[in-house]
Amino acid sequence: MTAINTISTEPHGRRPTRTFTPAKIMIYGVLAVAALYYVLPLYVMIVTSLKGMPEIRLGNIFSPPVEITFQPWSTAWTSACTGLYCEGLKVGFWNSVQILIPSVIISILIASVNGYALANWRFKGSEIFFSVLLFGAFIPYQVMLYPLVIITRELRIFGTLTGIIVIHTIFGMPILTLLFRNYFASLPTELFKAARVDGAGFWRIFFQIMVPLSAPIFIVAVIIQVTGIWNDFLLGVIFAGSKNIPMTVQLNNIVNSTQGVKEYNVNMAATILTGAVPLLVYFFSGKYFVRGIAAGAVKG
Amino acid sequence: MHSVSIKDLSVSFGSVNVLKDLNIEVADGEFLVLLGPSGCGKSTLLNCIAGLLDISEGQIFIKGKNVTWEEPKDRGIGMVFQSYALYPQMTVEKNLSFGLRVAGLPKAQIQQRIANAADILQLEPLLQRKPAALSGGQRQRVAIGRALVRDVDVFLFDEPLSNLDAKLRSELRVEIKRLHHKLANTMIYVTHDQIEALTLADRIAVMKGGLIQQLDEPLTIYNKPRNLFVASFIGSPAMNFLRGKITGANQDKAFTAADLTVSLATYDAQEPLTNERDVIFGFRPEHITINDKPGPAGLSCEATVDLDEPMGADSLVWLTVAGKPISVRVDSSRRYLPGEKVHLNFNPAMASLFDATTENRV
Repeated sequence: MTAINTISTEPHGRRPTRTFTPAKIMIYGVLAVAALYYVLPLYVMIVTSLKGMPEIRLGNIFSPPVEITFQPWSTAWTSACTGLYCEGLKVGFWNSVQILIPSVIISILIASVNGYALANWRFKGSEIFFSVLLFGAFIPYQVMLYPLVIITRELRIFGTLTGIIVIHTIFGMPILTLLFRNYFASLPTELFKAARVDGAGFWRIFFQIMVPLSAPIFIVAVIIQVTGIWNDFLLGVIFAGSKNIPMTVQLNNIVNSTQGVKEYNVNMAATILTGAVPLLVYFFSGKYFVRGIAAGAVKG
Repeated sequence: MHSVSIKDLSVSFGSVNVLKDLNIEVADGEFLVLLGPSGCGKSTLLNCIAGLLDISEGQIFIKGKNVTWEEPKDRGIGMVFQSYALYPQMTVEKNLSFGLRVAGLPKAQIQQRIANAADILQLEPLLQRKPAALSGGQRQRVAIGRALVRDVDVFLFDEPLSNLDAKLRSELRVEIKRLHHKLANTMIYVTHDQIEALTLADRIAVMKGGLIQQLDEPLTIYNKPRNLFVASFIGSPAMNFLRGKITGANQDKAFTAADLTVSLATYDAQEPLTNERDVIFGFRPEHITINDKPGPAGLSCEATVDLDEPMGADSLVWLTVAGKPISVRVDSSRRYLPGEKVHLNFNPAMASLFDATTENRV
């Protein structure tokens, strides 16, 4: 009996874990407060967008809607007014789609080849070229705006769809090139050497060896570009021209229009609609997004 | 005709000279091993031969053709890498055929070459698998196969066995040697493993600091190292070294260090042994014997056992001679106890003598 008693009091087997330690309480407490801080505005937006104007005028912004109405959402989409036109956000949405798709495709195509060349085909001065390109990522946009306006005007693409696509491609270049260069540099160089011994050239190694191995980094690049270009306001306002204004700019025009009553519910719905695209991208690709941030760290 | 010949090759990265005025002639069908510690330039040399690295000076000939400026694919070489470098998204078959498809060979010929390589390397059951589904040894066989299907004159191996565990390594070593006998191609093989070098090579080039220290047959390298570096790099357990002087009259030269004197009458000196010269006396652990009784005068001395390391087939006994620890390889049937007094017998014919300042063989 004494032997059994000794065994049972001495440590054996799995070490017991305590559920509530002071450290854990602190961690979860801070996380809960932080989560609340970010969720609360979203909650107010959703709740407000589902209320009618009379209910909003009561001033209880936290109370849930008594009468749920989707009217503000359809108004925001189809008939909200920006200045003289009352065609709703859908115009801006399709403008943004038109800007987004070619910009994302072209910038990623060019940047991936750039990164591949810089990682695997080092030429004299390639490091300097890369440094200069990287430096571009740290220059504030505002510095480059005026020269770019003049350049695009001279090229006769100022205020056109082509113009805004070219601008987005240029501004995406530093970060995307860095992303692809680091990824390709992390692939074993012996793979590249083996392909060269096998007689493959620049493009064949790129398309048949490198690209098939690069699905994760292409996904990351798409996420970065989609969210970045969709959220862009400044470049769209300047370069897109009035016919192609992106959704963000149109949202601003709706929300800030000074005529008539401020329709808070419509404004809230319009804002959520505009933010929906990046929000969905984050929801469905969180894993890759984190990986992308990690991959952006300078390496190699 | 020489299969590969390298003339006055230099490679420098910026101000760092990795290879300096290197000259090597590799005979047709020869197995040459480039051996050296990491950073000695052996892999650089191999990459230069393959055309994967631009050289600064000199020329490279393969099969009598000047390939100094040729692309890797036009040099008639196949290369096997340490990390296998198989294309992960392709099956074994596609891996093998990639180079041939790039070259635009007819399908029937590709099929035939793959069948041939698969037969030699026993790859048939693996052809439809992806590299991820193969073991290390299988991957390396596929990598060798990829060089094989190219039907080239020269095979280049860049530490092909370094990523494998000890057992697989020795198995594949034998396989590579068999392959060389069967194909009789020229092979240039880079390694830092001296056992691989000694077992595989027709000739070994021992390299250090971008220079070839000695280029000879394995046994010559082992028994008559040209300098102190080669002597200490080759051999496991390592060669013993004692620092001392040359003494004695004309015919009776001897090596003296502290209380030890070894007659050099049977030593095959390459230059006259001048008196009072500072030298390093090197002898391998197996070129010395332990006896209970003193041996012939001038070839024997007394020593105390420090340690006995049994290694299975033989034991390594550590003793103190002339104040320095030395190791002796003996049959493992007898154990030695620390503190035991024994007598050592030297064999100067198998020893090496190096000048203490130039470190070259005397």
